[in-house]
Amino acid sequence: MTHAAQETFGEETVREAAEIIARYPQSRSALLPMLHLVQSVQGFVSPEGMRFCAEQLELSEAEVAAVATFYTMYKRSPCGQHLVSVCTNTLCAAMGGDAIYAKLREKLGLGERLEGNEETAGEPGEPGSLTLEHAECLAACDLAPVLQVDYEYFDKQTPESAAELVDRLRAGEAPAPSRGPGLRGFRSAERQLAGFFDGEAALESVVDGSSQAVETLRGAQIAAEHGWVAPEAEDVPIPEVEEGAK
Amino acid sequence: MTEPVTDPLTPVLTKRWTEPDAWSIETYRRLGGYTALPKALRASPEQLVALVKDSGLRGRGGAGFPAGVKWSFMPKDEDKPHYLVVNADEGEPGTCKDIPLMMADPHSLIEGCVIAAYAMRSHRCFIYVRGEALHCYRRLHNAVREAHAAGFLGENVLGTGFDIEITVHAGAGAYICGEETALLDSLEGRRGQPRLKPPFPAAAGLYAQPTTVNNVETIASVPFIVNAGSAWFKRMGREKSPGPKIFSLSGHVEKPGQYEAPMGTTLRQLLDLAGGMKDGIPLKFWTPGGSSTPMFTAEHLDVPLDFEGAVEAGSILGTTALQIFNETVSVPWAVMKWTQFYEHESCGKCTPCREGTFWLAKVLERMVDGHGTEEDIDTMLDVCDNIFGRSFCALGDGAVSPIQSGIKYFRDEFLALCEQNKAERELAGARA
Repeated sequence: MTHAAQETFGEETVREAAEIIARYPQSRSALLPMLHLVQSVQGFVSPEGMRFCAEQLELSEAEVAAVATFYTMYKRSPCGQHLVSVCTNTLCAAMGGDAIYAKLREKLGLGERLEGNEETAGEPGEPGSLTLEHAECLAACDLAPVLQVDYEYFDKQTPESAAELVDRLRAGEAPAPSRGPGLRGFRSAERQLAGFFDGEAALESVVDGSSQAVETLRGAQIAAEHGWVAPEAEDVPIPEVEEGAK
Repeated sequence: MTEPVTDPLTPVLTKRWTEPDAWSIETYRRLGGYTALPKALRASPEQLVALVKDSGLRGRGGAGFPAGVKWSFMPKDEDKPHYLVVNADEGEPGTCKDIPLMMADPHSLIEGCVIAAYAMRSHRCFIYVRGEALHCYRRLHNAVREAHAAGFLGENVLGTGFDIEITVHAGAGAYICGEETALLDSLEGRRGQPRLKPPFPAAAGLYAQPTTVNNVETIASVPFIVNAGSAWFKRMGREKSPGPKIFSLSGHVEKPGQYEAPMGTTLRQLLDLAGGMKDGIPLKFWTPGGSSTPMFTAEHLDVPLDFEGAVEAGSILGTTALQIFNETVSVPWAVMKWTQFYEHESCGKCTPCREGTFWLAKVLERMVDGHGTEEDIDTMLDVCDNIFGRSFCALGDGAVSPIQSGIKYFRDEFLALCEQNKAERELAGARA
C-alpha cells in the first residue's frame, strides 16, 4: 500500500478493514462499510480514502470511485462536526420541510442557490461546524416534518425549532434527538455504520435511547384502550406434508 | 364468501412496541419471543414452506408476491450456498413501517430470519439496512449479539445441528437499492443498479447463488404464523390478501402514526381512528402505498386496502404508506416534488428512466413556475408512456404514477397553471 494512505489511516484502520472483509463470503462486499470507515477517519471520502479501500480489496481505484460516487451518504468534501439532513420530499415539504430547509440555509449564510448536494458552514471538523443537506424521504413520515443530525431523528420540527437546534449545535452543545442516543458527531455515526461499536459497554450505551414516539405507538395504544385485539392465537401444530409434495 | 369479522385494529407485529425496552431480548422473551423458533426447527423445511404458502402471506415490501411461493423457488438440494437477504432499505416516499419495527422489536425480525433461513436451507443471512436508519442498525446489531449469546444464532442452534449467521449491513443512501436486484449488487460492493430478470434471485442472486430477498414486515410475520398457524392468520384480512398489515398514516390527519389493521381496511375507517382530517380541512388526494402508487382522491375513501382492492380501483397497494394531503396542497407541485425525487434516484442504467425523469422534472418545474403550456401535459403523458415498462426495474414505472394519476384526477389544476401563463403571454403580446 502507498505510504501516503498508510500514514493517514495507520495500522489500526488496516486491521479494522480486515475485520470488515472477514464478515463477508466475498471481500468486495466489504466496500460499502469500508467507505463508511474511511469516512469516519477523515470526515469525508477523499481520493486517499478511495485508494485505501482499493488496496485493501485489490480493486482498481476506478472501481472504488464508481461506487463511492453513486451513494449520497459518501461525502466528497470534508463535512462539519455534524451533518444536518432536512427531508424535503413531498410530504415533509408540504408539512413545513421546505420552510425548515430555507430557514437553515439563511441561518447558516448559505445563500439562496444550492451548490451541490450539501454545503458546510464553519471550518470542517472544527467544533460547531455544520454540513447542511436536503434529504430524500427519511422514512419517518408520520413524524413529519423531520430532520436528522448525524442520522439521529429530530421529529416534528418547525423552522423555529430547527433554527434553535442549529444554534445549539453551533455553540458546541449536543441536543438530545427525539429518538436515538445523544449526538457524538458525524464521524462517530460513520464509525458505527462501518459496524464498530468499540466494546459491549459502548454498544449498550448507544443501543438504549428512546424510540417510542407517540405516533409509532398510536395504533397499538388505541387498540389497547378499546380492548381491540387480533384473533386469539393458540399453539397449533405445523401440518405434515405429504411425501409427494416435497 | 363473507369476510372474517375482526376488531378494527389487530396489533400483532406492533403489539410489543408499547413495552418499555421492547427491543431487548429479555422483553422479547417475556412476551413470547423465540417460542416459534424451536417449534420451527422441529419441523422440516418443506413443512415450513407449505405453512407459509398456506397462510397466504404476501410480500409486504410493495409487490405482494406470495412469500411461501417465493420460498419454494429455492433449490431443494444444498450443493451451492443459499442466501437469505432481508430488504430493510426502507425509502419509498411515505413508507415508514419497517424502521419503527426494527427500532422497537428487532428480535422479531431476527427470529423470523432464522426460521426463514432454515426453511430455505440457508446458513447465511444478510439484513441490508438503510444507512440513514442508524438507530435501527445498532438495535439489530445488538439483537444479533444477544441472540448469539442465547444460542438462537450461530452454530448448532438450540442443539438441532442447524447453523446460521446473520450479518447486519448498512447501505449508503440510494433509494434504488430497495429494488431487490440492485440491493444484491450493492451488497456485493457495487453501484446499486438493477439486474435484468431472469435469472431470478432464487436461481442466481447474491454471488450468483440461490437467494431469496424478503421485506422486513414479511419476515417478522413468520414467527406468528409458525406459532398460531395459517388458519389464524387468515382470520384477518381478505381471502386473497390475508393477515394484519401496518398502515402508516402521514400528512394532514389529526393523529398520524402506525395502525395495524386487517388487510382490506379502508381509508375511511383508518381516518376515523386517526381523528379525521387535520383541522377539519377536507381531503384532496392520497397515496395508498407510497409515491410510486397512483394517487387516490376522496372518491376512493371506501376502497378496501388490500392487493386486489387497490388494483381494482386503479392503483396498487404498495407499502400501505397512506400519505394524506388536504385541499391546501397543489397537485402539480406535489407531482413536481415527487418527480424530482425520481430524477435524483434514477440509477442511470436505463435510458428511458434516466432521460425521462430528467425531462419530466424540467417540464413540471417550468409549469409550476408559471411557464407551462397545454401541450406540456400531452408531452408529459407521452414521455410517461415511453418510460412505463421500458426499463429494467420498477423505478421508472413508479416515477410515472404520480404524473399519470395526477393528470387523470386533477387535469384542470395543471391546465389552470397553463391558462394563467397563456393569458399573461397574450397580454404581453398585446402590449408589444
